[in-house]
Amino acid sequence: MASIKTLMLRAPGTNCDGETAFAFEQAHSQVEFVHINELVHHPKLLSEYQIMVIPGGFTYGDDISAGKILANELRLKLGEEIQKFIADGRLILGICNGFQVMVKAGILPELSPQLTLAGNDSGRFECRWVYLRVNETSPCIFTRGIDMMYLPVAHGEGKVVTEPGIPNIALRYADETGNINAGYPHNPNGSIDNIAGICDASGRIFALMPHPERFIRWTQHPRWTREPARERGDGFRIFENAVAWAKTI
Amino acid sequence: MFWIAVSVKAGLPDPRGEALQKDIHDLGITAVTQARVSDIYLLAGNFTEAEVGRICQELLADPVVHEYSFEEAFLSPDEHAHFIEVAYNPGVMDPVEESVRKGIRDLGIATVESVKTAKRYFLWGELSEQDLKTICDKLLVNPVIQHMVTKQEAASLPPATYDFSLQSIELRSLDDAMLMELSKNRLWLNLSEMKRIQDYFSRLGRNPTDVELETLAQTWSEHCVHKTFKGKIKLDQLTIDNLLKSTIMRVTEELEKPWCLSVFSDNAGVIDFDGRYAICFKVETHNHPSAVEPYGGAATGIGGVIRDPLGTGLGSKPILNTDVFCFAPPDSPYQSLPQGVLHPRRILKGVRAGVADYANRLGIPTLNGAILFDQRYVGNPLVFCGTVGLLPKNMSQRGQQQPGDLVVLVGGSTGRDGIHGVTFASGELTSESEEISSTSVQIGNPIMEKKLIDVLLKARDYGLYRRITDCGGGGLSSAVGEMAAETGVRVYLERVPLKYSGLSYTEIWLSESQERMVVAAPPSTVDQLIHLFASEDVAATVIGEFTDDRRLQLFYNGNLVGDLDMEFLHHGLPQLEREAVWKPLQHEEPDFPQPADLREEILLILGSWNVCSKEWVIRQYDHEVQGGSVLKPLVGINNDGPGDAAIIKPILDSDMGIIVSNGINPKYGDIDPYWMAASAIDEALRQVIAVGGSLRRVALLDNFCWGNPERPDRLGGLVRAAQACYDMAIAYETPFISGKDSLYNEYETEKGSICIPPTLLISAVAVMDHVEQSLSMDCKREGDLIYIVGTTYDELGGSHYYAIHGYVGNSVPRVDPKKGKMQMDALSAATAKRLVRACHDLSEGGLGVAAAEMAFAGELGMVIHLAKVPLGDPTFRKIRDDFVLFSESNTRFLVEVTPKDKHQFETMMAGADCAAIGEVISDKRLEVYGLKGERVLSAPLAELKEAWQKPLRW
Repeated sequence: MASIKTLMLRAPGTNCDGETAFAFEQAHSQVEFVHINELVHHPKLLSEYQIMVIPGGFTYGDDISAGKILANELRLKLGEEIQKFIADGRLILGICNGFQVMVKAGILPELSPQLTLAGNDSGRFECRWVYLRVNETSPCIFTRGIDMMYLPVAHGEGKVVTEPGIPNIALRYADETGNINAGYPHNPNGSIDNIAGICDASGRIFALMPHPERFIRWTQHPRWTREPARERGDGFRIFENAVAWAKTI
Repeated sequence: MFWIAVSVKAGLPDPRGEALQKDIHDLGITAVTQARVSDIYLLAGNFTEAEVGRICQELLADPVVHEYSFEEAFLSPDEHAHFIEVAYNPGVMDPVEESVRKGIRDLGIATVESVKTAKRYFLWGELSEQDLKTICDKLLVNPVIQHMVTKQEAASLPPATYDFSLQSIELRSLDDAMLMELSKNRLWLNLSEMKRIQDYFSRLGRNPTDVELETLAQTWSEHCVHKTFKGKIKLDQLTIDNLLKSTIMRVTEELEKPWCLSVFSDNAGVIDFDGRYAICFKVETHNHPSAVEPYGGAATGIGGVIRDPLGTGLGSKPILNTDVFCFAPPDSPYQSLPQGVLHPRRILKGVRAGVADYANRLGIPTLNGAILFDQRYVGNPLVFCGTVGLLPKNMSQRGQQQPGDLVVLVGGSTGRDGIHGVTFASGELTSESEEISSTSVQIGNPIMEKKLIDVLLKARDYGLYRRITDCGGGGLSSAVGEMAAETGVRVYLERVPLKYSGLSYTEIWLSESQERMVVAAPPSTVDQLIHLFASEDVAATVIGEFTDDRRLQLFYNGNLVGDLDMEFLHHGLPQLEREAVWKPLQHEEPDFPQPADLREEILLILGSWNVCSKEWVIRQYDHEVQGGSVLKPLVGINNDGPGDAAIIKPILDSDMGIIVSNGINPKYGDIDPYWMAASAIDEALRQVIAVGGSLRRVALLDNFCWGNPERPDRLGGLVRAAQACYDMAIAYETPFISGKDSLYNEYETEKGSICIPPTLLISAVAVMDHVEQSLSMDCKREGDLIYIVGTTYDELGGSHYYAIHGYVGNSVPRVDPKKGKMQMDALSAATAKRLVRACHDLSEGGLGVAAAEMAFAGELGMVIHLAKVPLGDPTFRKIRDDFVLFSESNTRFLVEVTPKDKHQFETMMAGADCAAIGEVISDKRLEVYGLKGERVLSAPLAELKEAWQKPLRW
C-alpha cells in the first residue's frame, strides 16, 4: 500500500509546522513542507497529497485579522484546486491559525450561517490547557473514538461567533467532568455554544483552535510529574485517525 | 485618497474597547461608560469607489463581526462620543501597512501607492478636556512614535532626495578642548581616544570623513567593546588589568570543559548538547529604548537577541526565550514620578506586550523569566531578553569568509532607525523644511524576522554561505566591520535596499534597522542564495565583497567615502583606566520584636510585588509552541504554582532535555554586590537542581546592569560582583560562556541622579540526560515527609521579611560554594534515583514562602517544625521563629520524600545538612510550630494563595 503523504502548508508567520509534522510522522505519514508561494506557482502539487494541513502560527502577522491574508490567497489563487481536493475525498486539517484561515477562506463552514473567529472575550492572548468534549453526533473522522481530550490553547482570536444551530460542531470546551457550560476559563475565549472545533458534513474537513500536536507524548502534559503515566497524549488520536482514514481513499 | 474605518458591529462586544475602559478606570477616571476602538486605513492610489468597497468587504472587515465606512476625506466622527485618533509619526513603519498592501495586490488591485494605519478611540461619558488630555498622555499617545490626528494627513512621506557630498570633519587642527567639544553628545569618546584618532589621521595627512569618524566612535563604544570591563581598574592597592578576562572568562579557561564549544567569541556561547547537536544561549538588555517606548523598545529587544543565536556558528534555530524585567512598583503614585518618565504600570504593560507579540509571532516558547520591582528602576527599567538556539554541532564554530566572498545583506530594508542625533528633512510635509527627530525606537516587524529565520536555516543546510552575523546595534558598521576584521572589505552603500529615499551614505552605514543579517557567500553559491531568499519573499542583496587587504573601504556611487585600516579600527583603542573604591555599606540594624503570630507577615511577603504570582504575564506568552515544553512556568494541581526552572526537549524524539533558570536579587547588592552575585549564581544553580537536574553540564551567562562606572563607588561594586562570579563559578565548576553589560543606568532629575540598584542577572543552561527525571515543586501526596536541605543562618539582610518591616539590615546571605556543591550533588543524586517527589528552592521569603508555595500548588497542607531546622550558627543572634522562617540563606531546598524512601534518601544525603522538618497533610493549611514547640503560624491555603495571586490579577 502506498504511504500517506501530508502537505504541511507554510506561509510567512507559520510556526507550528515542525511539531505538527512530527505528530503526523509518528502516525506514519510522510510529510512535506510546502510554501504558499510554491503552491500558488504549482497548484497541481496539491493532488499529490491525501492530507493538507494548515498549521498554527501568525500568518502575515495576523495583520488586519488573524489568518485573513493567507485565507484570501487560498480563496483567490487556489480556490478551484482546494474544492477539487475536497471533492476527491481528501482531508484538510486546520489548527489554530489554520482554523482562522479556513473560516476566512470560506472552506468552513460549508453552509450558512456565517461564522468567524473574533478576539477573545478576555481581550488577551492566552496560553492554557483546556478540556474538550467531542460531539458524539458529529461526522468528524478525526475525532472518532475520542470522548474527551485535554489540550493547550494559545491564541488571542479564538472566539467562535456564529448563529445558534450551526451544524457539524465537532468539539466543545468543557470542564474536567465534561460539563460544557463551565464558563471561563474552561471556555477560554467566550466562544458561542463553547465551540472549539467544527467540520464539514463529510467529516473530512476539520478545524480546531486547540493544539493536538502539542500533546502527543505524556511529558507534554502540564501535570505529568504528578499523575500516573500514560502511553500517548490525547492529541495523538487525531493524527492516527486522519492517517487511517487517508489510507481508505 | 480614501479613509476607511473598520469597527466592531454595534451591539457586539469590543474587547479592545473594554480593555481601554478598564485602563482609563485605573487612571482614576471613572466617568467613561463605554469605549470602542476602530481601525483606520488611509489608502492612496488610483482606486475606484467600487474597488475600495471590495477592499473593505473582502480584506479589511470581517463580514460577521465588523462594519466599515469610507470616504474620500477625513472621516467625520460620531457626534455622541469623544474621539481621539492616533497615528504613527512619519518614518515609523507599521508592519500592518505592508500586509495591507499585499492583501490588496492579492485581490488583483495593483494601483495601491501607499497605506497608512491609525487607531480611533471612541469614549462615551462626561469627560472634561483635562480628562481627555490625561487619557491621551497616559495611555494612548507616546510622542516618541505617535501623534494625534486632527486633520487630513498624507498617507506617505513625499519622496525625499539626497544630494551626495562628501563630508570631511576638521580634526587635525583641533586642540584638546575642541576635540572634546566634537566628541560631546555625538561620539562619546574620551580625550585619549580622540587624540589617538587625531594622531592616526595626522599620520595619513588628511581629515576623517564623517562616516570614518562615526565608525570609529561606534566600534570603540562602551556598547561594542566593553571598555570598562576590559580596562585597567585601580581598587585600593590592586590594579586589575581587564576585569572580564581576570574573572568571568578566567573561570571558563581554568575549568577547560571539553563541552564548551565556543565561548566569548561569537554572538552567543555554545555548548555541546548530545554530540550531534549543540545549544547556544545569549541574554541581552534593551533598557533605554524600553524606557522611552516600552512596546517597541521591548519588541526590538527580543527581536535583537533572537538574532544572536541565529548569527551564532553557522546559524541556530531559536528554541526558547527567557525574559527578566525590573520596574518601579506598579502602584507608584503619579506625583512621585520624576519628570519625563512613563508610569511603571504603563511600562510593564507595554514591555510585556512588546515581548509577547514578537516572541509569540515567531513561535518561540517563553518558558522562563522573572519580574522584580524597586523604586529606583523608575527612570531606567531593565528589560533582559534571552534566547536559546539549537544547531548541528559541526556548525557550531564561527565561519570564516575567503577573500572574494560576497557581503550579502538579508532581511528587512534600511531606514533611519536608531540613528541618534541625526535629523531629517521631511520634504514637502510643510512648506518649510521641518526637522523631525529620527526614530530611535522602532516597533519591530516580527514576521519579517520569522521569514528571515525560516529561509536562513534552509540556506545554512544547503551550505550556501560561509559565515553569518547579526545586524543589530551599530548596524552594518558593526556587523560588516567586525566580520571583515581579519580580511578587509569593500562595501557599496548605494546597493542597500532602503525603506524610503533620502538617506545619506553615513545613515545607511550606521542605521540600526531591525530584522537584518549579513552573510558571507562564495561567488559560486550566491545566485542560488538570492534565488532561495526570493522564493520566500525575503530580500538578499550583494552589497560588497571581502578582500585580503585588511582595509575597510566604503563607496557611495563610485566615490570612496571611507577608508580605514582594520588594525587601527579594531586594535587602536587605548585601554581605559579607571579608579574604583569599595566601602562596605552600613544600614540600620533592625529592631522590632517578634510578632506572636506570623500569619500577617507571610501574607504580606506573599503579596509583595517581587514574590506574587506572575500568572497574568506568563499566560500571555506561548509556552507550548514547538511542542518541547516538559516543565512549564506554571505547575501544580491547578497549573498555577511557581515552577523553579523550565525544561524543554528540543529534539522531539530524543529523551534529552535543556534546563533554563535564572538568579537575580538586587536587594542584596544594597549591602554587598559580592554576595549579591554569589547569591544569584547559587539561585540559578539550585533551580537547576530543584527541577531534577545536575551540575554536570551547566553553563552560565552574566548580565550586569549598573550605574555610571566613572563614579568610583559604582565601579567598586562592579569589581566585587565580578570577583564573586569567579569565586563561585570556579567552585561550582560551572563555566561562563557569554555575557553582556549595560552601564550608565542612571536617570538625571532636578534632585540628582537616580541610580538603579546594581543588578546582576545570572542565567543558567543545563543539559539533562533524561527528562523523565524532571521534578515539579508542588506537593504530591498526604503523609509524605518534608525535608530541608542546607543550613539556615541568621541571614535576613536584604530579605523580604526585613523589607516589610522597613529595614534593609546588614546580614546579607552568603554562599559556601564548596559545601553548596556537595549538597547539590547529593540532592541531585537522590533525585536521579527518583527518591524525591517534589523539590522547591528557598529564595525570597525563605522557608515560609517556599512551604506555602509547595502546599498551595499541590493543594495539600503542610506542617513544619522550626526546631528541627539545621541552624548554621549556634549563637544565632537572638534565635527567633520569624528569623528562621524567613531567613534567605542560600543553597537550601524543601524536599518531599515518600516515607518508604526515607532511609535511602537519608543515607544518600548523609554528610549534607538535611533534616526532616515536617510532613504533607490533608488539611489544607500551612501550620508552623516554633523553636519552643508552640504554633506560630496557621493559615488556610486558600488565604495564602489569594494573597499571592491578588496583586497582579489584572
